[in-house]
This record gives sequence, C-alpha cells and structure tokens, in this order.
Amino acid sequence: MTRTPLRPLARILKARAQGENPDVIESENLRLRHEQMRDASRNRAEVRLLVLGVAFFLAFSAIGTRMAFVATTEAAEPRSLASGAEILAQRADITDRNGRVLATNMLTHALYAHPKDMVDPERVSKELATLFPEMKAEDLLRRFTDGRSFVWLRKVLSPEQMQAVHDIGDPGLLFGPREMRLYPNGTLAAHVLGGSSFGAEGVHSAEVIGTAGVEKAMDARLRDPAQAGAPLELSLDLTVQAAVEEILGAGMTMMNAKGAAAIIMDVKTGEILSMASLPAFDPNNRPNPVLPKDAEPGDSPLFNRAVQGVYELGSTFKIFATAQAMELGLVNADTMVDANAPMQWGRHRIREFQNKNYGPLLSVTDVIVKSSNVGTAKLALQIGGLRQQAFLKSLGFFEPTPVELVEAPGARPLLPAKWPDIVTITTSYGHGMSASPLHLAAAYATIANGGVTVKPTILKQQGPRPGIRVMREDVARSSVDMLRAVVTRGTASLAEVPGYQVAGKTGTADKPKRTGGYYKDKVINTFASVFPASDPRYVVLVTLDEPVETSGTEPRRTAGWTAVPVAAEITRRIAPLLGIRPVVEAPPLDGLTAVRN
Amino acid sequence: MRPVIYVLSFIAILGLGFWAYREHYDTREALREVSALNAEIGNLREALALQRAEWAYLNRPDRLRELSSANFDRLGLMPLEPTQFGDAANLSYPAVQEFFGTIDNSVMVQGQITPEEDPL
Repeated sequence: MTRTPLRPLARILKARAQGENPDVIESENLRLRHEQMRDASRNRAEVRLLVLGVAFFLAFSAIGTRMAFVATTEAAEPRSLASGAEILAQRADITDRNGRVLATNMLTHALYAHPKDMVDPERVSKELATLFPEMKAEDLLRRFTDGRSFVWLRKVLSPEQMQAVHDIGDPGLLFGPREMRLYPNGTLAAHVLGGSSFGAEGVHSAEVIGTAGVEKAMDARLRDPAQAGAPLELSLDLTVQAAVEEILGAGMTMMNAKGAAAIIMDVKTGEILSMASLPAFDPNNRPNPVLPKDAEPGDSPLFNRAVQGVYELGSTFKIFATAQAMELGLVNADTMVDANAPMQWGRHRIREFQNKNYGPLLSVTDVIVKSSNVGTAKLALQIGGLRQQAFLKSLGFFEPTPVELVEAPGARPLLPAKWPDIVTITTSYGHGMSASPLHLAAAYATIANGGVTVKPTILKQQGPRPGIRVMREDVARSSVDMLRAVVTRGTASLAEVPGYQVAGKTGTADKPKRTGGYYKDKVINTFASVFPASDPRYVVLVTLDEPVETSGTEPRRTAGWTAVPVAAEITRRIAPLLGIRPVVEAPPLDGLTAVRN
Repeated sequence: MRPVIYVLSFIAILGLGFWAYREHYDTREALREVSALNAEIGNLREALALQRAEWAYLNRPDRLRELSSANFDRLGLMPLEPTQFGDAANLSYPAVQEFFGTIDNSVMVQGQITPEEDPL
C-alpha cells in the first residue's frame, strides 16, 4: 500500500503561495486515510464472520446429520467381525518348544446362591454338604437364612458336580461361567509354570492371574488380548522334562536326599530344556503349606531349588579359577603348580578331601581332575581377589539370573561383604559365596560355548543371541578338556555315558548351619557337566540336597557317588531324545595280527 | 404418452418397494444366520479347546509311561537308548546273488569304440 504523505510539499507550497491554510490539506488527507483504514478493517471482519459462520454451519449440520441417522436407523447389537477367537482365550496357552500344551484354559462354572430365591434352604444345605465334603450343612443353612441376598459357594465345579447341583433343583442355586486354568501334565514342570488363581471375580466372569513362575513373570503377555490367540512357547521340552523328573525323583529316593534339582541347558542359545526341582507340587491345586518356624525355605514344595536355592556350590567352582589363570596367561593346562597340602594361610588351614596330599606338584589339569583345594587356592592367590571378582562377575555370579521366572530376581547370590585373601581362596573352590544352580549352569554354558556368555532363558529362541566373550576360545576348549579328564580318570568316573563324551566337575559342599559353622554330615552335592565334549551342546546340572549313598560299608556323601550317577542316567536318557547321535568309539582290538607287506 | 409413463413409473415404484422389502428381510435373515454361526463357532472353539486340553491330559508323560509298562507284554516299548542309533555303514548289503539273480544270459558284444562316441 502506498502511503500518501499527509502534507504533500507541492500542495503545501502552492497553498501557502495562495495564502490558504496548509493545515486544511493535512486534515483532509488524515480523514481520507482514516476512511481507508476503516474500510479495510470492516472487510476483514466480514470475511472472518463468514468463515466462522460456515464452520458453525458445517459443525451443526454434521451433528444434525448424525442425529438424523441415529434416529432413523434401527438399533443393533455391535457385532464382532472376527470369528470369536477372543471369546474363549482370555489367557493365552503355554506350550513347550514342540507345541505340546503345558497350560490351557477350560470353561467350567462357579456356583453361587441367591438365598432369597431359595425354596427350601434346609434341604439345599444338606444336599450341598453331601456333595462337597468341605461344606458344612449348619454353616450353609446359617448363611442362607441370615438375610443376605448373595452367597458364593464354589469357585469351580466339574461337569459332574454341576449336574449334581442341577439335580438338587432349587431356583436359588445359580451358575456363573468360569474360565479355569488347567495344567494337564500335573506336577510336570510345576516350578516353571508356577500356578494361577482368580483375581477380580464377578458372576459372569473372573480374571485369571498368574501367582508364580512363568505365569506371573509373563502375566502381561499372557493376558494381552492382541496375543491371546498365539500360545506362549517355552524352551522346555516336555519329553526331556518328563524323563529328567522321573530319573531325578528315582535318584533322590535312592540317594536318600531330601531335595533335588536338575537343569538342562542349550549352551548356544541359553534355552533351558528342562528345569526340575523336587519335591514338586501340582499347579492345578497349588498348596499353601504352613512350615514350622525352624524350617528352611527349601523345605516347602513351592521352593524352586534350581532358581531360588542359593547354595555354596563347592568344587564345581574350581574350573573358573583354572580358566581365569589360563586366560591371564599365568599357566597352561600342563603347568605344574604347588599343591602341597595342608596349606597354612594366616590362622586358616586349607586341607584336601580326607586330608590327602596330592602334591607337592600337580599339573593344572590334575588340580581339576583330583579336585585339589590347595592347587586351586594357590592359583587364586596368583590371580588376586579383584581380578577374581571381575571374572566371576562377568560369568554372572554377582547378579540374579535374568531368567523369565518371577522367583529369579529375588534369588541374589550371597556374597561376602569384604574380599580378603582367605575369601579369594575359599571362593576358588566354591565356599564362602553362594549362588543358585542356574547361575552355575549358565557359567558352564559359557565355558562350553567357547567362552562367550549365554543368557539363560525359559522362552523359545530363534537362534543364538549375541554374548560377551569372557575368555579366549582356546582357554574354553582346554577347560572342557579338563572337565572331560575329570570323567575319564577323576572324581566323576561314574558319569561316563558311552558315546556321549561327558565332561563335568563334581562339587560337594558342607551345608552351613544357621547358627554359623558347617554341618559335619549334611552336604549339597552338585555335578555340572557338558556333553559331548568334542562339540559341547548341552549342560546337564544335578544338585542333591543332603544325599547319602548307603550301598557301601560306610555312608558316602561325595558328589561322585550321589549326583554323578543320577546325572549320568539323565544324560543317557535325554541325549537320544535330543537327537544327538552317540559317537561310536572304535571297539578295542581283540589281539594283534601279524601282517606283512 | 404421459399416462403410460405414469403407470410405468407407478409399477416401477411398486416393484422397487417390493424389492427393497425383500432385501431388507433377507439382510436381517443373513445377519441372524451370521450371529448364529458365530455362536456356533464360539461353541466349537470351546469344545476344541476342551478336547485339546483332554488330549494333552490323556497324553501326559506319566500316564503314557504307566500305559506302556502295563502293556509291556504286547508292545515291548522301552525308553530310547543310545544304542538304538545305527550307522548306515553298519548295514550289510544284500549279496549280488539275491540282488540280480544268477547271471546266466550274458551277451557278448563286439565292435570298436571311436574316441568321439566314447560312452563314458
């Protein structure tokens, strides 16, 4: 917009020359400018009003159209377009790695009563009491007649029970549909599955919530409606799990143990193919045992020893000391180290099993084969406490296991508050610090996996996940060879399974007393093994709580006599199930034949 | 001409009205059928889930173990053993005799093979 000056010089000069007042020109120009401004703002306001008017018109006509549409069409129930998969599967199924059902849902009915509609409360309460042993006729009658209008009677009914209640034929007894969680395999994998119970309950439905194990840890996934159709696939193998539980149960009885645990883990992927803890329970009917005050937590059948049981794992730790010494270049498998027992350290005396002396010198392989405490202690002192801690930490011994069970984060390893040299010594042979069998299985899987860490998981994986290298491949290789030597000529000779080249280490740890000190005759026996040694595929770990083998003249409590035979039987049974061909070793020759060429 | 158009359009309206009436009821019938089918699918799925659960229950490993030991005389089932793996090399080949029978009708061929038509 060109702005015209209020006092154009030409006109002013001209006006002045003619003797007119130049202010008239200015005021005239000012008036014209004001008129222009007024016109412009009026135009703008008109346009704005028009836009606003159109917007209101559109908005009201949209509402009006919708109202007309709603008013003129017939009301209809909203219909789901999908075929109704969600109607039933409120909670996703759980299957094993091959799709066999471990947990599913079943539609049953809950029983409730409207006492005000009841014809004959007395007869009803009597008949109900005969049907259900947990109900008492007097109690029922009191509840039916004290004026309340609603009474819950039972959370779930079997079809037969429902028919029997129908046959009572009273209009005051009513059924509400209930989706019930069913574990068709009973006690199988009970500790992994955990259990479930009803959350918020209504007459028409009740929510099912996980109470323990994977049911609780994966609760959000299982209840997610978007994934209700797809079952949660666990890494467990039902057949392997059944075989492991059968053998472990038999082994526990034979070895007079009060508890047992076993873990089978794939060393490449960290998948747990089987996890068993005995005694077990039935997740369909999860018990709520009341334990005496002085009982250990492990005495409860609900306790998952494989994950929650934090024990001193004994000599199974020795391989970590030798592996680290080799990793640091301090020794190799054939280096002779000082193993002269007993060893004095301050006021502590380190002895060997039954006060033997394997020394004065022992090769590193033989330290593992003979399970020499002194040899390991000397190696640990060379490594030093700080480096030892860092190594154990990299193997996962300082953190709870990351497995997808709700119990796992609570099972922190028990570590000494300070780490003086004596702790370095005792930790090197598995005393002083406690960890769960699952920690140990994961660490052995790391060694078997060529030194790359493996994250234990209970969910089916599509392949190996990236891990961190914590030791060189050749160190891992010679560690497995040492473990193999333990089986061929060491403490675990009973572990040999022809064709499967088992490699493993035994561990016998005295149980600590609550009051301090250790029991003389109560031990935890562990056997951690990998097979086949030439190309490790699986970790087999067996732990027995307070076992004693009584077939000999005196009771034997070392792992070599208790946990090892159980683990060997497990390996013998599961290896074919896992599809591993035995390596056929050439049969020994009968004799020599003289030949000539 | 005009009355004809009136009559024709009246008939057309009647026809269209009848058609719309039929369509309306057909649609409602179809919707009713859909909801009945949906209910049936729901029931079948329920039954399917129940049967799957029952199948899993009947196939639980400890029951199968009991059954196989109860019927051991008839079935002779044993757990899978490492010794049951075999090697193809361990299989004995049938003797040439059983494979071809006796070779008694041999033929003699005479000729010369030029390098171009070497069959090998």
